[in-house]
Parts: sequence; C-alpha cells; structure tokens
Amino acid sequence: MSKILLQVENLQTHFFTRRGIVKAIDGVTFHVAQGETLGIIGESGSGKTVTSLSILRLVPKPGGRIVGGKIIFDGKDILKLSDVEMRSYRGKRISMILQDPVASLNPVYTIGEQVAEPVRQHQGLRGKALRDTVISALRLLQIPSPESRLRDYPHQMSGGMRQRVVGGIAISCRPELLIADEPTTALDATIQAQYLALLRHIQRQTNVSIIFITHDFGIVARMCDRVAVMYAGKVVETADTKELFDNPRHPYTVGLLNSVPRLDRKVERLCSIEGQPPTLLNPLPGCGFAPRCGSAYAPCYREYPPELRVGGEHFASCWRLV
Amino acid sequence: MTPVVIQGRLQQLWQALRGAPLAPLIFITIFVLSALLADFITPYPPEKMSLSARLVPPFFVAGGSWNHILGTDTLGRDLLSRMIVGGRVSLLVSLLAILLGGGIGTGIGLVAGYFGGRIDAFLMRVTDAALAFPMILIALLLNVSLGAGFATVTIAIALIIWARYARVIRGEVLSIRERDFIAQARIIGCSSARIILTHLLPNVTNTLLVLLTLQVGLVILVEASLSFLGAGIPPPTPSWGSLVADGKDYFNSAWWISLFPGLAIVLTVLSFNILGDWIRDKLDPNLRQL
Repeated sequence: MSKILLQVENLQTHFFTRRGIVKAIDGVTFHVAQGETLGIIGESGSGKTVTSLSILRLVPKPGGRIVGGKIIFDGKDILKLSDVEMRSYRGKRISMILQDPVASLNPVYTIGEQVAEPVRQHQGLRGKALRDTVISALRLLQIPSPESRLRDYPHQMSGGMRQRVVGGIAISCRPELLIADEPTTALDATIQAQYLALLRHIQRQTNVSIIFITHDFGIVARMCDRVAVMYAGKVVETADTKELFDNPRHPYTVGLLNSVPRLDRKVERLCSIEGQPPTLLNPLPGCGFAPRCGSAYAPCYREYPPELRVGGEHFASCWRLV
Repeated sequence: MTPVVIQGRLQQLWQALRGAPLAPLIFITIFVLSALLADFITPYPPEKMSLSARLVPPFFVAGGSWNHILGTDTLGRDLLSRMIVGGRVSLLVSLLAILLGGGIGTGIGLVAGYFGGRIDAFLMRVTDAALAFPMILIALLLNVSLGAGFATVTIAIALIIWARYARVIRGEVLSIRERDFIAQARIIGCSSARIILTHLLPNVTNTLLVLLTLQVGLVILVEASLSFLGAGIPPPTPSWGSLVADGKDYFNSAWWISLFPGLAIVLTVLSFNILGDWIRDKLDPNLRQL
C-alpha cells in the first residue's frame, strides 16, 4: 500500500450555539493514501461537508470550532499550524471543489484572473510564466481553446464549463490532496459523467489524492477506491468499495444500499430507512442510528459501539453487525 | 492605445449613457464645467464691491441691466460671479467630504460585515450612535473646536455621512460573504485583508456608486445648511448656502440674492438624485433588460 497522506484521528468539530453545543463531527477517524480516492457518503447533515471544511481549518465562524483530535497531513498535525502557515497549505497542498459552480466563481473577474490568483499567491509567478501555468491548468481540465477563454467572465460559460474552471482553480498549484464536495450535484447527467472521467484523468496525471464527498452510490462505485459511510457526525463503516457493496456490515449501510435501485436484482419496491437522523444538539448516549435500526437492542441505546475490524481493511461500528 | 480602441471606449461610454435622463445630465455637466472654469468665465471678480451698483436687480426686471445678468447684492458684488465661484466651493467640499466619509463608512461596513460577531456588534453600535447624533450639532461643535474653514466643513460633513455608508455596505457584505466564491477565496488561501479588498469590495461597487450619486445631493444640501447657519466656509468666500443666507434680510426688496443660489441648490440636488435613481435602475439586475 502506498504512503498515507492524510490521517484524521478522532476529529471533533462542534458548533457552539445559543441553544447548546451541536456535535457536528464527533470522533471521526479515517485516512487517505497517496493517489487514492476516498469516498465519504452519508445523508444531508451527517457531517460530510464539516469534515472537509475541518481539514482546511475553515469551519464557519463564529460558533464552529475544532475541539479535539488530530489531522495529520504529510506527517504534520495541521491543527497545530499557525494561521499564516495554514494559509500557505490552502490551495497549494490541499484544495477543494465546491458544489455549485455558479456560486463559486466571482462574477467580477475573468476566468483567467481567477485561475491565476492561487498561482500568483503561492508560487509568486508573474507575466508569461503565470499565463502559461493558467493555460496548462485549463488545458488539464480539457477546456477548449483556453487562450481565448481566459478573458471570459463566468456568466459567459455553461455550468459544466464553469465547474471545470473551478476544478482548474483547485488544481492550478498541483495540490497533493483534493477535496471534492459533491462537485457534480449541480450538473446534469451527461456532463456529470464527463466531469467524473475528467477528475480520474487528472488523478492519473498528477497522482493527487481525492476525498470525494457525495450521497450518490453510483458515483462512489465509479470513482472511489475506498468508502467511509458517515452517520450523525461519525464514520460508521469503512471498506474498499467492492467489499462495501458486496458485504456491507453496518445496518445503516445495508439500509442505504437497499434504497438504491439495482439492475442485477429484481425488486418490487425500493426500501427506505424510516425516520429522521437524530438531532446533533445534545445527542443521546449510544448509537445515533438505534431508533431507526431494525436490529437494535438494549445496549445500542446505552453505549456507542467500538470500531471493529470485520475483514482485511473493513471496519464497522455496531453491536449488531449484519 | 490605438485609435480603434479609443473609438471602442467612446462607443462603450455612449452605450452606457444611452437612456440616461438628459436634463439632469446636461445641468450637471454645466455645473461641473462652470466650477472647473470659474476663474475664466466669471464676468466680475466675485469679491469686487461697487457701492454705485448696489442691489441691482436681474436683467429681466425693470431697472436691471445686462451688465449684471442676475443682479448684485447689498455690497454691489455680481451675483452670477459669486454663484459660479460658490458652486465650485460647494462642489469641492462635497466631493472631498464624500470621499472621506464614504471611504471611512465603506471601510467600516466591509470590516463589520466580513468579520461579524463582536467586531460587527461594536462597529454597528458606533454607527447607530453616529446616526442618532444631530448632524447640525456635530458641525457646530467642530466649528467651535477647530475654527471655521474649508477643512472643518469637509470633516464635519464626512462625519455626518459616513454612518449611512457603513450601514448599507455592511448589509450588502453580509449577503455576499455567504456566497461560495468567498469560501472559494478562503480555500485557495487568501488572507482576510485580501478577501475584503479584492473579492468583497468589487462586488459592492454598484451599491456604492448609487449611494455616492444619491449622496452628492444630500451633501450639497448639508453644506448649504451649514453655510446658511454660519458654520460653513467663512466669508468672504461665497458658497451657495451663505449666498442664500446673505439675502435673507432683503428678501422683500431684493429677492434675487437668495432665490438664484437657492434655485441652483434645488436643481443640483434634484439632478443628482434623478441620475442616482437611473444608475440604480440600470445596475439592478432585476430591472436590467438583456
């Protein structure tokens, strides 16, 4: 196995609100190896986005704070870096693609200026060298005729093209880790497929590690080497993608997979998981999934289960493994 | 720059001005030109007195003459000349005050809106206090403590107007900072100062432009009020407000001394307000026609 690039250990990110403490991330542990794609899957509010913002140390303020754990990137705990040092990581070593390509470009600047910004800041390039780097970034994202597109404003481009530009900004400094937060949600299905192919292409070219945040198992199957399933601020199961699909052990993962339509099995009705995820404001002890879980029994409500190794690189946190 | 590019720019300017309200634009142009060229176009030196030509009425009234188109005041000074020079003083004070006050207000609004939390709470309470303070009182206080003069009036007006900028810009920033491109700027490692100056500021310029235009009118009015009260530019330098004040005791017999400067104030304020309204409509994407 190749070198581990990012190791997140027992991360806790809480939001301090007037009504109490919201434990958005409560003890998340996972790792990403070099050149690997880790999928983080879970429903809305499970803590996927807060996890990625925590890695960049950009938890929304005021209110949000990382209260515990370690984020070790390339052998260094980035939670111990000063703000200035951390800034030199952002965009340069760790980068991120946001969900909405329309909103993530500044309407008052041209595409060229926006792709150039991180390069100019982190590598100090000017003039022709800067222009060349920008064009090569746009070319890597397969934007047709990048030289003339440089002068376009975001509103002159289609959604798919804009998301490529956002990708171009993210990889312009050749980061080691790229976090993609549902980057294809706002795109239609064919553009989505193109974009995913493009990300894989970039990964092969640059050996970047990718954390892919999504709620779409189809994307996980296409993109990811390993998957972490998140529920209520915790990782409940991690495994290689194939292993997870073939042999899910956590009841929540089983429920999620059963709610996806499949071609290889004849199903009359898709299953759904009853109920709502728990509120993260002053959560009850025990497993957050217990009230919705078919096989929960008394201990589930008392104590959160430890993470168990259930196979080679397959971990799950449950008292009642499937 | 090649001639073609210049032509392109002119064409762009022409396009941008199409549909602009014509009368205010023409009036403002005349006003600005006369202020710029004041030294060359005044028929008489504005401070030159002539006791033989006191209280001469304007040309269209019996007893008036073309020598003094708008008449003269109690000391025989030519009113048109004084209005032209007074216009320059008013314009200069207004511009400097708006630059100063607008700059301070915009800066405070950007910082308060971007950082939020306690910084925001503190700055906005200061702004509230400034808005609640009677503006004429500020000017009179400054006038007493700093002494009358050009700089005092400018500072006084800046202190009166900055709070509104702070308020409006802060509100604007509150919505812009939540948009993803600000998050994107943080993701690529921009510092707070950089985000404020290069990402937030350009996105509030539309609002700022509208506010600036609408405030020119207000500021001219404030300057006139201060001069009328005697807390403005000290005599003998004329300003529109002090010209109105000069004539107030003679209003029954020599009405022109107050009327024409008053009319100039009304027209200028009106013109800038109409122009400001037009710019706002033009820049508002909801009203813009594609």
